[in-house]
Amino acid sequence: MSPDYIRIARDGIWDNNIILVQSLALCPLLAVTGTATNGLGLGLATTVVLVASGVLIASLRGIITPEVRIPIFVLVIATLVTLVDLTMNAWMHDLHKVLGLFIPLIVTNCAILGRAESFASRNGVVPALFDGLMMGAGFTLSLVMLGAIREVLGSGTLFQGAALMLGKGFAFLQLTLIPDYRGVLLAILPPGGFIALGFILSGRRLLERILARRKHKRDPEQAATESVA
Amino acid sequence: MSSVAESGCRKSVGYQAGLLGAFTMLAAVFLVMGNIATRDAIARRRAEDLSASLGQVIPSDIHDNDLLDNALTVKDQAGAPVTLYRALHGLNVTAVAFQVTGQGYGGPIQLILGIGADGKILGTRALSHTETPGLGDKIEATRDDWIFQFNGRSLGDPPPERWAVKKDGGGFDQLTGATITPRAVVKAIKRGLELFESNRDAFLASAVVRQAQE
Repeated sequence: MSPDYIRIARDGIWDNNIILVQSLALCPLLAVTGTATNGLGLGLATTVVLVASGVLIASLRGIITPEVRIPIFVLVIATLVTLVDLTMNAWMHDLHKVLGLFIPLIVTNCAILGRAESFASRNGVVPALFDGLMMGAGFTLSLVMLGAIREVLGSGTLFQGAALMLGKGFAFLQLTLIPDYRGVLLAILPPGGFIALGFILSGRRLLERILARRKHKRDPEQAATESVA
Repeated sequence: MSSVAESGCRKSVGYQAGLLGAFTMLAAVFLVMGNIATRDAIARRRAEDLSASLGQVIPSDIHDNDLLDNALTVKDQAGAPVTLYRALHGLNVTAVAFQVTGQGYGGPIQLILGIGADGKILGTRALSHTETPGLGDKIEATRDDWIFQFNGRSLGDPPPERWAVKKDGGGFDQLTGATITPRAVVKAIKRGLELFESNRDAFLASAVVRQAQE
């Protein structure tokens, strides 16, 4: 059976999105999405770990027994995150100063263990790599979206500090949308994160429902069989 | 080899224990290698960061040494060790810098405080803090010029009892919406100045004399 890459991509970005559907990883999510840049940074770092742990675990799945799989997955993920942290601290120091706080948080991201358990340990290396990429992309997108909403409401800017993180070439991303804006403090604080997340979650539901209804109108029979399946 | 026998072997406690042990060992080996490979680079980056923040509170024209070279460890009022960075011009100590800590709203606020030989503040900067974004983080020099009001001040200017924010009858501006943060900063800086005053001679003793004593 060849893996269905379109299915994997859809799962990662929309149907089974780590944040929007599985509602996992809310701890790092709320802690860092005060700005879109921070969200992007954590998303990218998490993607790296997701891909690396997926590949490692998929290639070792033949020798890991089900009884001891969880401690081994945890060990592999924690080791990877520590190595990423050390490497970034040594050779990407400016980026590390911005992201340093979030890197250890990746270990607490249960989504990574979740993917190791439910996908990588049951699939080949290439699908696991792809799944890591797609799950990471979905995670990064949700983080950037949430960060952007909170940043615009909270400080009236967008992608502040992007040049610091991604290099001078990305300075064009930094926008001041509302000059002399005093900001809504609530949006930056953790409760603002919960509120914004709530709106995003219900927005996604609404969109799903509209899409389903449209599909239903267009082709009622197929929609019916799909919903049964 | 039948697969039944194989799975029987893999089910055994020995295999499981060996597997866990092997993974733990491998992880340890990788971590040790990673640590060895990055240790020096990380130490260099730390030193660069430190000398950059020292450079902000001690102007480069009053010293001709590397600020990290002539550091001392002294004891503060509570007996805790403080690293004292000394700016030397020739053999004279022209300024010192050290870290002070205040208890802010969200946790400790680490500041670096540079004091000239005359007891006046050359500069102070927040190194790390966890104050409320948008309110308390105005103590950062990149966000607000609030922190610059301490430049040139000393323990006699304003007099010690007026080393407080205006709200408490003192001589320093506060921050809109944040009360605890500026109070903590003012208090920490005052403590730092007091530490300097009470150890002035030891802090400013010529580097050569000190080396000879040691």
